Amino acid sequence: MFLINCPYCGERDQQEFKAGGEAHIERPKQPTELSDDEWAEYLFMRKNIKGVQFERWNHAHGCRKWFNMVRDTSNDEIKAIYKMGEKPPAQ
Amino acid sequence: MTKSLRVKSSEYIDETNRISFKFNGKTYHGFKGDTLASALLANNVHLVGRSFKYHRPRGIMTSGSEEPNAIVQVNPGTNRTEPNVRATEVEIYEGLEATSQNCWPSVEFDIGGINNFLSPFFPAGFYYKTFMWPASFWEKYEFFIRHSAGLGKSPTSNDPDIYDHRNIHCDVLVVGAGISGILAAKNAAKNNFKTLLVDEKNELGGSTIFENNEFNKIDNKTPSEWLKKEIEELKNIKNLEIKTRTSVAAYHQYNYLLARENLTDHLEAKDKTNKIRQRLLKIRAKKVILATGALERPLIFNNNDRPGIMLSSAIKKYSEFYGVACGSKNVFFTNNDSAYESALSLYNKGINVEAIIDIREESESKIVKKVKEAGIKVYWSHTIVDTAGYKRLNGISIMKLSNDGTSVTGSKISISCDCLGVAGGWTPAVHLYTQSGSKLKFDEEKQIFLPNQNTSGQISVGSCGGDFKIDEIIKNLNQKLKDNLNIKETDLDNIKVEIDQENSKRNIWLLPSDKPLGKTKPFVDYQNDATAKDIKLALREGFRSIEHVKRYTTTGMGTDQGKLGNMHALGIIADTAGVKMGELGTTTFRPPYTPLTFGTIVGRNVGKFFDIFRRTPINEWHVENKAEFENVGQWKRAWYYPINGETMHQAVQRESKAARESAGILDASTLGKIDIQGSDASEFLNRVYTNAWSKLAVGKCRYGLMLNEDGMVYDDGVTTRLGENHYIMTTTTGGAANVLGKLEDYLQTEWPELDVYLTSVTDHYATASLCGPNSKKILKKIIPDLDLSDENFPHMSFKEVHIGNIQCRIMRISFTGEHSYEINVQASYGKDLWEKCIEAGKEFNITPYGTETMHLLRAEKGFIIVGQDTDGTMTPIDLQMDWIVSKKKYDFIGKRSLYRSDTMREDRKQLVGLLTDDPNIVLEEGAQIVSELNQSPVEMLGHVTSSYFSPNLKKSIALAVVRGGKDMMGKKLFVPMENKNINVTVANPVFYDQKNERLNA
Repeated sequence: MFLINCPYCGERDQQEFKAGGEAHIERPKQPTELSDDEWAEYLFMRKNIKGVQFERWNHAHGCRKWFNMVRDTSNDEIKAIYKMGEKPPAQ
Repeated sequence: MTKSLRVKSSEYIDETNRISFKFNGKTYHGFKGDTLASALLANNVHLVGRSFKYHRPRGIMTSGSEEPNAIVQVNPGTNRTEPNVRATEVEIYEGLEATSQNCWPSVEFDIGGINNFLSPFFPAGFYYKTFMWPASFWEKYEFFIRHSAGLGKSPTSNDPDIYDHRNIHCDVLVVGAGISGILAAKNAAKNNFKTLLVDEKNELGGSTIFENNEFNKIDNKTPSEWLKKEIEELKNIKNLEIKTRTSVAAYHQYNYLLARENLTDHLEAKDKTNKIRQRLLKIRAKKVILATGALERPLIFNNNDRPGIMLSSAIKKYSEFYGVACGSKNVFFTNNDSAYESALSLYNKGINVEAIIDIREESESKIVKKVKEAGIKVYWSHTIVDTAGYKRLNGISIMKLSNDGTSVTGSKISISCDCLGVAGGWTPAVHLYTQSGSKLKFDEEKQIFLPNQNTSGQISVGSCGGDFKIDEIIKNLNQKLKDNLNIKETDLDNIKVEIDQENSKRNIWLLPSDKPLGKTKPFVDYQNDATAKDIKLALREGFRSIEHVKRYTTTGMGTDQGKLGNMHALGIIADTAGVKMGELGTTTFRPPYTPLTFGTIVGRNVGKFFDIFRRTPINEWHVENKAEFENVGQWKRAWYYPINGETMHQAVQRESKAARESAGILDASTLGKIDIQGSDASEFLNRVYTNAWSKLAVGKCRYGLMLNEDGMVYDDGVTTRLGENHYIMTTTTGGAANVLGKLEDYLQTEWPELDVYLTSVTDHYATASLCGPNSKKILKKIIPDLDLSDENFPHMSFKEVHIGNIQCRIMRISFTGEHSYEINVQASYGKDLWEKCIEAGKEFNITPYGTETMHLLRAEKGFIIVGQDTDGTMTPIDLQMDWIVSKKKYDFIGKRSLYRSDTMREDRKQLVGLLTDDPNIVLEEGAQIVSELNQSPVEMLGHVTSSYFSPNLKKSIALAVVRGGKDMMGKKLFVPMENKNINVTVANPVFYDQKNERLNA
């Protein structure tokens, strides 16, 4: 059970949060101009790596804000948390 | 007659407080402070259970939570009964009853004992290998296998006890109150850390509290005396909370631990009532100090499981702590010095110790010399090759061990004894440590797994960290505390320790016998009857991974999770396969460390608190009017309103006719409602719905379909424009929370530039949906001032009016195809509004209807229900709802996906109507649809999604999804059922009023 430092509320128990998949996948601005393959790349393809992963999380039972998390999936260490729209921290 | 084996008064046993209890129907006596195990041993009862597979007689082996054999059913036949309880952990109280498990008719005479003689036929994987064929016989086999599976019996009536959960936040959590745990907790608390110390036992002090080895001294006192003084001092320390009878079950990431605090299990029945029995502590600690100690290992030799064979450390604890002698003729079998301490403990109390069998060549420690001086015979380089006695050990045979330890030589010596203490060394209790995600490393010299790579915020101290000698424990504990808690000085700086240094050990995982392995029974996992033979067989059959061998042989899979034998299993595998233990790794230690009751896990969330129910503001009226309810998500919705003993079918037929012929009323309060405001609200709706919203006039309503980005229908509902920058969106009942979440997600992450604010107002409004040709007249009676003409208040429009003083929003929208109004008022006025409608509708026979009638009425009109007629694979085109997909809009959620090659396939499943050739046959929802009956394999075209008998059309109607169904209008298909084939015809899904004339009727 993670202890997650919500950038708006501070440290809270994981059960207040919802995981939202891989971060930094931007919705294409002009979807109609994409080929099927390009659209499928946005729609379906997600990384599932053992190691450092960028994820979206939502404080669903709290402030309801979305934010980003850098997590090492091999040991669940949360390496960084930053707000939506902010640049990911340098590796 | 049983003779008492009490040997001395112990300060932990209150001999003035005599307690009677029953075991297997017979009354025994013990004292306050006894466990069931110590009390039985004092009564010379060793035989307490039968093993799982072979039904071999088994006795008490340990004195703690690692006990594999002495697991009993407590208070059988009562509502407080509990199976698989370790007798070594049950504190006795007046009136306690316990019975043996896995035996019939009794533990003394057990029919299942025949399995012991049939054991050559029950090798590892017996069930997998035997019951494979013929496949069709499995059901017959299963009946018998299930019958013999399992150990104890679950209670059959409701648990009378109360359970509780508590959250605890602390700076330092210390797990285990042995010498290292006590010293760690004391020093943490003294340095202003808010500290919690927990221990599974009822007394603090671990094994040091009865450590009276005269060669070990702390500040010139015996360890036991010294520790008692330390414990006494704990009482005066602030910041320190101590919880005994509290077992940590799980250690999760980020120092989140679950512990079970046992509050009433040791009390008499009359004192248990109305008290919390067990409490689950949910602990979040900044630092965790693991001081979980070590478990003594047994030795693996032929017939090492007879009642009377125990861990050497357990014999010592029973003697020193409980004042009980486990036998009158004792022998010890060891590979290290600890058995000598146990032997001396008995000797000093005048209990006979016949001999010590030591597999080492010699040992020169002070304690060994002392034992020799006491005249106890020591057989060096010897091993036990067999034991005798069926229900109680009565003798052992020993032989000389060869130099390499793989065989025996010389002649056999028989020794008569009734109790054998085995000492195979110590295994650090690293279970919680690994649960936390930390990694172990095998120490080849000590032959133990030790903590290696910690996750942050934890320390292992004492023997669970690999320090076994008191001087090492104190020195390393001191350093770890200073390093991890940033403490400058501790109490431990000036402690003077003297110890008996020698501690040689000879490790042989599987001891040889004079018989070949195939003719012996060296048990590795006592509870599951897995022997060294089974493990070797698994290896011969090709299993290599320790996880596979474990599952195949069931080693370590009992309620004790192999706390005693797992290391030997690993050792035997490593030796046999010729690999190093460190490379082999360990099996995964999973929570809970000791079993938890379901009560503890669920806490207060039982009965009506098991799951939360949401009820509408009109609920009370539904209850008063005898509605039947159905669960929709967390909501309790009125399902139908039976009168005069009607069946559901009869009630629904009546309600459906009334709604179309005169007037019906539905509680629609559960529909999700999202208030949308902001200057970009229209643009936002354009992006989330498939149709266009910019031109919707203020005061008008529009139906919208929401897709996922993959183009599949996600939700639907009517949205009303309340003002220039103000909309109210309705969602499906079950989808409300998810839709809000999805809209918030897009607003926050993809379109943060939009000026839009979302508020869930589902619970703020109550909604009555008034429908039918007389609905207009009823509403007129309630609001005489409102002009209800089609010109002023047309279909798909909205009015904000007052009924008396109550402000209300009325939408003229319809989910039934009838002229209808949805009246929304502030939730607290909901029942009042409803009753007004009922009162005004009396003269029109207004009929309240529930969700079932609502479903029927909308099905007559071919309106979909998202989640019933769709399943996450249906696009609007599949639903024949092309009309709602804007061609002009540049983009909306899911638009691009509607032009993927897959979503444009002609042969996708599409929504159609189905009519049965026999109008009286109602199809089953979920039934499969085919076009050919004699095809093999038959091609499934689709399935029925909604099906009803329509009282208004006087025939059966159904909605279905059928592959390529759009082009099948009029085609004959079949619905094959178990006993018959039903002929159906594909039809228009709008069955009733295809021209929508009734909306303005």
